[in-house]
Amino acid sequence: MNDKLKTLARGIVDVSPLMIPVLPFGIIYGVIGMELGLSAYMIFGMSIIIFGGASQIVLLQLFSGGASSLVAITSVGAVNSRHLLYGAVFSEYLSHLKMIWKIILSYVLIDQAFAVSNTYFKNNKKNKHKHYHLLGAGFTCWTIWQISTILGIVLGSVIPEELGLSFTISLTFLAMLINDFRKFKNIIVMLVSGIVATIGYNTIPFQAYIIVAALSALLVAALLTLINLKKK
Amino acid sequence: MIFLLKEDILNHKAKKILSYVPSAIFPAIIFPPIFLDNTGATDIESNPKILATVFAIIIGYFSRSIMATIFIGLTSYWFLIFVYYK
Repeated sequence: MNDKLKTLARGIVDVSPLMIPVLPFGIIYGVIGMELGLSAYMIFGMSIIIFGGASQIVLLQLFSGGASSLVAITSVGAVNSRHLLYGAVFSEYLSHLKMIWKIILSYVLIDQAFAVSNTYFKNNKKNKHKHYHLLGAGFTCWTIWQISTILGIVLGSVIPEELGLSFTISLTFLAMLINDFRKFKNIIVMLVSGIVATIGYNTIPFQAYIIVAALSALLVAALLTLINLKKK
Repeated sequence: MIFLLKEDILNHKAKKILSYVPSAIFPAIIFPPIFLDNTGATDIESNPKILATVFAIIIGYFSRSIMATIFIGLTSYWFLIFVYYK
């Protein structure tokens, strides 16, 4: 096996354990989409075009609540803004690549792929073909995500509405924050965001409550960061 | 997208603030469906979602497992709506 294939395979193997929670998450997404009354093509199309679990669920929710395109797009952008951080970190390793590589890798760079490839890049700086690791990890995520979306669409048409599965939206996002539960500053930021969104849900026009809440909370986060830096 | 940018355009401070993005955005998605009912009115008393969320937070805090958090949250919600409040 040559180096490229070896690195690609390594990426696939590294990311595989992280696919275990992705599978049910994709199913949840598909089921919720069906429950909210969207067409199967639209639900699947979102998985192909956006390819980002959290942002797709936000889009579903806003879309079914009648938000305008502008608000929906901005909110999705806000949810995905953590990818700015991923891109900034990876530019150190990948900025020499051709544009087409950068575009392909940007498309598949999701949380799980970032986590494993970041570790690999740190330890294998000299590997000329290290970007194949991200390619392998990224497309593994992509494949699993598409399969689980289809499973969810199929299941969504048979699961009864009484189960209240839309509650899993809140639960899923809550679960993604568990690592921050122990950080005091994060909890303050979370409370600001949640309270502003709950109050703003009825008072802020155009369903822009997610954006307003996120910006208020980020402002608090920025203040907390600056205060902390001064102390040092 | 930033992939297209050159190296280290974001400084340490900006990275630190960006790391708060999930904490700043996700609660805006989590809170309203839990605390508000279908008509948009605040619903605090005998709300099974609040209780189920508390269980999920406790399990999430100690287990640090995404799947366990979702699982406990959903099963306790089902228990509350199908058994306890029936």
